[in-house]
Amino acid sequence: MSEPDRLITPEQVRHVARLARLALDDDEVGRMALQLSAILEHVDAVRRLDTNDVPPTAHPFPVENVLRADTEVPCLERESVLSQAPAVESDRFRVPRIMGEAP
Amino acid sequence: MTASPAFEFASLAEIASSVRSGQLSARAFLAQSLGAIRELEGDLHCFNEITTDKAMADADEVDRMVRSGLDPGPLAGVPVALKDNLCTAGIPTTCSSKILEGWLPPYDATVVSRLRAAGAVLVGKTNLDEFAMGSSTENSAFGPTRNPWDTGRVPGGSSGGSAAAVAAGIVPLSFGSDTGGSIRQPAALCGIVGVKPTYGVVSRYGLIAFASSLDQIGPFATTVADAALGLEVVAGHDPMDSTSLARPAPSLLASLTEGVSGLRIGLVEDFLVDGSECVDAVVAAGEALAAAGAKVDMVTIPELLLGLPAYYVIAPAEASSNLSRYDGVRYGLRVDGPDTETMNARTRGEGFGPEVKRRIMMGTYALSAGYYDAYYGQAQKARTLVIRAFEAAYRNFDVLLTPTTPSVAFPFGSKVDDPIEMYMCDLCSIPSSLAGHPAASVPFALSSEGLPVGVQVLAPALGEAVMMRVAASLEAGASREARGPVRP
Repeated sequence: MSEPDRLITPEQVRHVARLARLALDDDEVGRMALQLSAILEHVDAVRRLDTNDVPPTAHPFPVENVLRADTEVPCLERESVLSQAPAVESDRFRVPRIMGEAP
Repeated sequence: MTASPAFEFASLAEIASSVRSGQLSARAFLAQSLGAIRELEGDLHCFNEITTDKAMADADEVDRMVRSGLDPGPLAGVPVALKDNLCTAGIPTTCSSKILEGWLPPYDATVVSRLRAAGAVLVGKTNLDEFAMGSSTENSAFGPTRNPWDTGRVPGGSSGGSAAAVAAGIVPLSFGSDTGGSIRQPAALCGIVGVKPTYGVVSRYGLIAFASSLDQIGPFATTVADAALGLEVVAGHDPMDSTSLARPAPSLLASLTEGVSGLRIGLVEDFLVDGSECVDAVVAAGEALAAAGAKVDMVTIPELLLGLPAYYVIAPAEASSNLSRYDGVRYGLRVDGPDTETMNARTRGEGFGPEVKRRIMMGTYALSAGYYDAYYGQAQKARTLVIRAFEAAYRNFDVLLTPTTPSVAFPFGSKVDDPIEMYMCDLCSIPSSLAGHPAASVPFALSSEGLPVGVQVLAPALGEAVMMRVAASLEAGASREARGPVRP
């Protein structure tokens, strides 16, 4: 690869996977490094484009904030929403610990 | 592959009119659809879920309304199939992903409630590439859908199940979603009509998000008139989608037969270079439209070639953000771990398939510190260049024609190991997605192998009426053999 800055290494793949909260095994990490490098090579036309004075487009049409009238309307029923959750306790979604041990 | 009248539906208008008048029952049309499912589903695998019992109850309700003197609506008794990324209350909605397997949405997508309100009867949820990422349905966690024209070939994707169901005559109308070509490409590969409306014409409320600035819902049908009616029914402003355009649904049917006399039609030269049968079809389509009175010229718009690389930065970037919601907390799969972060990562590692993981990784990379400007920022600017190039072209042309796809339906496994090769399927369909413009694929010719070839009609924003007029004219000049339904 003539441009080492574009090559995605397995270490970078692990870093990005951590950012994306995606558990990948070693095989997947190796394959992903090759495939993402190939995809990045393909999209290089975009990276190299001269875009001086070109504004970015995030959305095809101008988007405006939309507010509805401040009136009460029924929301989803708690029962039907919680019935789809993997774990529930006291009408709440239950998750494993989110903090480390106290010092 | 011979058409037999037994499985061909009448036009949607004829179905609805015979049900509304009480001449035929919704139950009878449903029976025809369910019979076709029994016969063909084993070969084709169009569906993730077949809603037989609910469909019978819905059809009975339509028939009861007719008997009571009420009008069930413009799609009275029409059996429809919906891509399995459209939320249906109490009916499993999976996106063909293990991470959502068994999930029961608590609400209906707006498209679903509008179809019900129009009297349509939902027969099932159709297969797709996982989270609509793919061009063959081979990325479905539940196995691929087969093309009714040749069951050794893909139906296209990602809305492959919806396309195959219409192409096989199982239903006369279905809906899919299109982010970079996911309605138009399978429509072309299955020999039917597929329409991606202008961004914002159809509400995305209840469509499970892939890339929110690109996703649009649209119809599949065997004829332009049926697709137009399907689109009219689901289109129009919806307060539940803040990107829904504040305007009434476009009126399409009235002008369908006005012809193309005097219209300026451009053949996009940049997509006509490789001399394939898909290119030949566009040239022949141009000749047919010229014979019908249109002014047809070549036009070159080289900026459109930036579409593909820009899309494969923008769509994964948006997807990586949208798919962060699958974290094992509120719905779907959970794979436990000692802490929440490990649980999140294990759930996602096990629940997502390879293509979804690839796009999440690509998107997260393109948005990460140090690469944002080089990739995502640049891709957004390339998007501006595509839009400007279209604006310039539409000063001289009313509509543009391109191939829908670079090739006809391909055999299973032929592209699955090469992501770039698969991404190339979207070459011609992506530019109008980036611009938010409408586009339609119309079956036009048969390839030397006997497979359908689609021609794509592009129009500027909110140009659905002229686009469908041109599509109808193309249909009139097309080879009838290129159009479904077909028997596998």
